[in-house]
Amino acid sequence: MTDISDIAPMSTPVPARGTRRLRLSGAGRIGVGIVLFWAAAALLAPILPLPAPNASDLLALADPRPSMAHWLGVDLSGRDILSRIIWGARTVLTVAPIAVAGATVVGALLGLLAGYRGGLLDTVLSRTSDVILSFPVIILYMIILTRFGASALNIVLVITVTKAPIIYRLVRATTLELSQREYVAAAQMRGESSLYIMLVEILPNARGPVVVDVCLRLGYTTIAIGVLGFLGIGLPPPTPDWGGMVRETYGMISLYPHMAIFPCVAISTLVIGFNLLAVGLRRRARA
Amino acid sequence: MLRYTARQLAYMALTLIGVSFAVFVLNEYAPGDVARKLLGAYATQEQVEHLTRELGLDRPVLVRYLEYAGRLLSGDLGQSLTFKVPVAEILWDRLSNTFLLAAVAFAVIVPVAILFGVLAGVREGSLGDHLILIGANFISSLPEFATGVFLASIFAVWLGWLPGTSPMTTGGGWSVAAQLVLPVLVIALYDVGYLIAMVRVSMASVMRQPFVRTAVLKGMSRPKVILRHALRNALIAPFTAILLQVNYLVAGVVVVETVFAYPGFGRMMLQAAMAKDIAVVEAGTLVAVLIAMTTQLLGDLAYRLLDPRIRLGR
Repeated sequence: MTDISDIAPMSTPVPARGTRRLRLSGAGRIGVGIVLFWAAAALLAPILPLPAPNASDLLALADPRPSMAHWLGVDLSGRDILSRIIWGARTVLTVAPIAVAGATVVGALLGLLAGYRGGLLDTVLSRTSDVILSFPVIILYMIILTRFGASALNIVLVITVTKAPIIYRLVRATTLELSQREYVAAAQMRGESSLYIMLVEILPNARGPVVVDVCLRLGYTTIAIGVLGFLGIGLPPPTPDWGGMVRETYGMISLYPHMAIFPCVAISTLVIGFNLLAVGLRRRARA
Repeated sequence: MLRYTARQLAYMALTLIGVSFAVFVLNEYAPGDVARKLLGAYATQEQVEHLTRELGLDRPVLVRYLEYAGRLLSGDLGQSLTFKVPVAEILWDRLSNTFLLAAVAFAVIVPVAILFGVLAGVREGSLGDHLILIGANFISSLPEFATGVFLASIFAVWLGWLPGTSPMTTGGGWSVAAQLVLPVLVIALYDVGYLIAMVRVSMASVMRQPFVRTAVLKGMSRPKVILRHALRNALIAPFTAILLQVNYLVAGVVVVETVFAYPGFGRMMLQAAMAKDIAVVEAGTLVAVLIAMTTQLLGDLAYRLLDPRIRLGR
């Protein structure tokens, strides 16, 4: 899977003008709104007056389309689609942030080490990340998840392994540059330990691009989790999972398109929310 | 240049050996599963053990890997357990289907990406630039299966203009060309946003170069400046990115293939991985990695050829 973020840092800063800055925060605000909406849905899922996500209403199967009793209709097993979408938000908003956090921590720490220390360690780590990045990610997902089973933990692990090299490259490049700064030399002169310099002097200054990247990563991880669910190697049923919901129902699209369309709308809006947030953050960092 | 290529080729061979061993070990670590999968849940334990012995799955992994590597080098990819045909047969069949899909998608994506990327990059910060950028960001935010569901709902279910599945047989009453439209559209929508952004960034940075200003100041018309001077320079950087899309188009389209039941390489890999059809998974992974690394090397070499400022020696 490609993503737009890898090239974004290459775009050169544009001088911020008044009108421009206004529009920037607009995109970011919409992004915040969308993400907060889904976060609220995920948090409130247990107290919202909804049927349980796995409860079958067999009577509704006579006409599974949206109705007063089931606002977004029911799926092929008579389960309430609205409820499953809201509980699905809980699933994706738990797995995606944990996976991204894992990739960010692993990638950032190794990137700091490689960038600051250099030498053999840098060569080995960079070569390894090159190999992982050149590997067709989706095939890696298939092999590992069908081999070790599709659990939330394994999904977090494969995403960590495949996304960490991207963060690693970013942090390594920034660290290489920051290592040449006077304040790093000053800290070395003071006799601070390497660990102190990396974590206290360099890391805070490398934070900006990483924060932007985390938002983009959240968006693409949401897609990845959806894709895994859709391919049938994601979270096992009956976990309410947006990709899985599409998988179960897209074969019936000619009869009941709503069953597949609603979860697709849900995942699309969440990804757009994360991406708008990233756009807003990047522009603010630049202004 | 020659030395660089040779070193990259050697590195490629080493990586392939490493990958093939890793995948082999990963797949063969629990050999009992294979026989069990083949015979089904109702087979007795003796039957499972018998088949395991018959297939030679009970011997040490390293011995079997070396045997496997030997067979591989002599061109024998083995027998597919799920598709019941030689691996080479199913592999080339599915690969050629995917290549067809990829080639058509590529032919759509590249001109569109260059057109919109250049339009946006020529006037950086203009309204048109913003609209194109927002559009590119929007379409690359949609997961392929979502785009697939949306487009199939509209064009296949609602309007009835196109088939909702693309099995690439003419039995359903749809021509092969009609069956390609929706898969190609979904791939193009998902992929083109990234390339537009890539071309746009490159174009914008070229437009700020002194030689472009010189050309404008000496009285050259704007279209001429763009076509004759800027475009040629602006396409060097995205060229590699464009080539790397081949990688995504071969392996990454599994989602699109699944949505439209397209008999392609990615879907074969998914079926094989789920059925623990090791021979197919192994061979398919090697082919995918080989394609990925070849396109990367070609992109690298082409980049060096296109841009004489990059020195070739090291």
